[in-house]
Amino acid sequence: MAGAKEIRSKIKSVKNTQKITRAMEKVAISKMRRAQVRMTEARPYAEKIRRTIAHLSQANTEVTHPFMADRPIKRVGVLVISTDRGLCGGLNTNLFRALTRSIREWREKGIDAEYAVIGNKGLSFFRRVGGKVVAQNSNLGDKPHLEQLLGSIKVLTDAYREGRIDRLYLASTQFVNTMTQRPGVRQVLPVEVDGGVGKLADNWDYLYEPSALELLDTVLQRYVESQVYQAVVENVASEQSARMVAMKAATDNAGKIINGLQLAYNKARQASITKELAEIVGGAAAV
Amino acid sequence: MATIEIDIVSAEGQIHHGQASMVFAPAEMGEVGIAPRHAPLLTRLKPGAVRVKQADGSEQAFFVGGGILEVQPHLVTVLADTAIRAKDCDEALASEAKRRAEEKLANAKSDVDLAKAQVELLQAAALAEFLTKIKKTTH
Repeated sequence: MAGAKEIRSKIKSVKNTQKITRAMEKVAISKMRRAQVRMTEARPYAEKIRRTIAHLSQANTEVTHPFMADRPIKRVGVLVISTDRGLCGGLNTNLFRALTRSIREWREKGIDAEYAVIGNKGLSFFRRVGGKVVAQNSNLGDKPHLEQLLGSIKVLTDAYREGRIDRLYLASTQFVNTMTQRPGVRQVLPVEVDGGVGKLADNWDYLYEPSALELLDTVLQRYVESQVYQAVVENVASEQSARMVAMKAATDNAGKIINGLQLAYNKARQASITKELAEIVGGAAAV
Repeated sequence: MATIEIDIVSAEGQIHHGQASMVFAPAEMGEVGIAPRHAPLLTRLKPGAVRVKQADGSEQAFFVGGGILEVQPHLVTVLADTAIRAKDCDEALASEAKRRAEEKLANAKSDVDLAKAQVELLQAAALAEFLTKIKKTTH
């Protein structure tokens, strides 16, 4: 019964794998819930600062901040937000595919690009395909803090201020719902105002304390940071839900394999019993 | 009595939303009081208490560790900072991220630590002051 024994040990190993994938699924479910809460908590700030910017765009300012001015594009900066760990389905692959498409478009137009990368997977992607990585940040954990992101953001916003890059993009995965995550490359700078607020009075301006330019700078910098923070939080939620789905599929698959193996094992066992019986009967008949 | 809408938010959540008859905030150039129909104002906040006076005369106070104050005639928005911020601290963080990109180095963040400690101290002092003030008003 050598065949049956092998099958039995195979079943055991698949069962162990299934145990692991099931545990990972459970963990991902609870982490996803927490990440979703964090995502909704971050939303009011993003909304309010967008409203402030929309107000700002209506104000009659005598200064124009570079963050709000469009200029010809020679070089772009991209902040790529990826996950630190794998086993989350096609999440990173899909993101990199979307990013590669954009990079190809830029290359056709003769536009150069530089990258700031958040997450280990993004780093290994650029190690593989090449590309100028100017800042890097990983192992943020499940509860990312704005503080951890400031460095990478500042590298790119400074590059924009100095005119080294003319546009700033954010490549990240947007969380739509548990089953759907949408990868995309979105423009962050110059700021695109999407309206959303009613028209305020005509011809007004803020009182600025201390100076207009300094304040615009602070507000817009915070705006970029809130966009990035929101994207990172969404990425964590996406990662966990993608992992949950992937691990559920793996657990189901393991179940199917176990069923198949069990069937094969039963057949092998049955066959050996039949064979033994036949031998005994044959032996008895001979006597 | 005229009221003004007040929103206090930080990157990690909404802190307060409601109507107020007066709002006091620790602006960088000195404390400001904002009544309804105030002229549009944009200013930075330093660590301290944002006090919201309601129409019924009661007062609520919120501690912010700095941020931005936007005033429209019908609306006050406080965008509070959660992270500890200082110019040189940001600078140090940026160069650190750059360095990480070149090679993954640890154990060389004394610049960041120093700048951070200074701001932390400032915030802690403001928080302590805020707490003693609250104590006085409740006793």
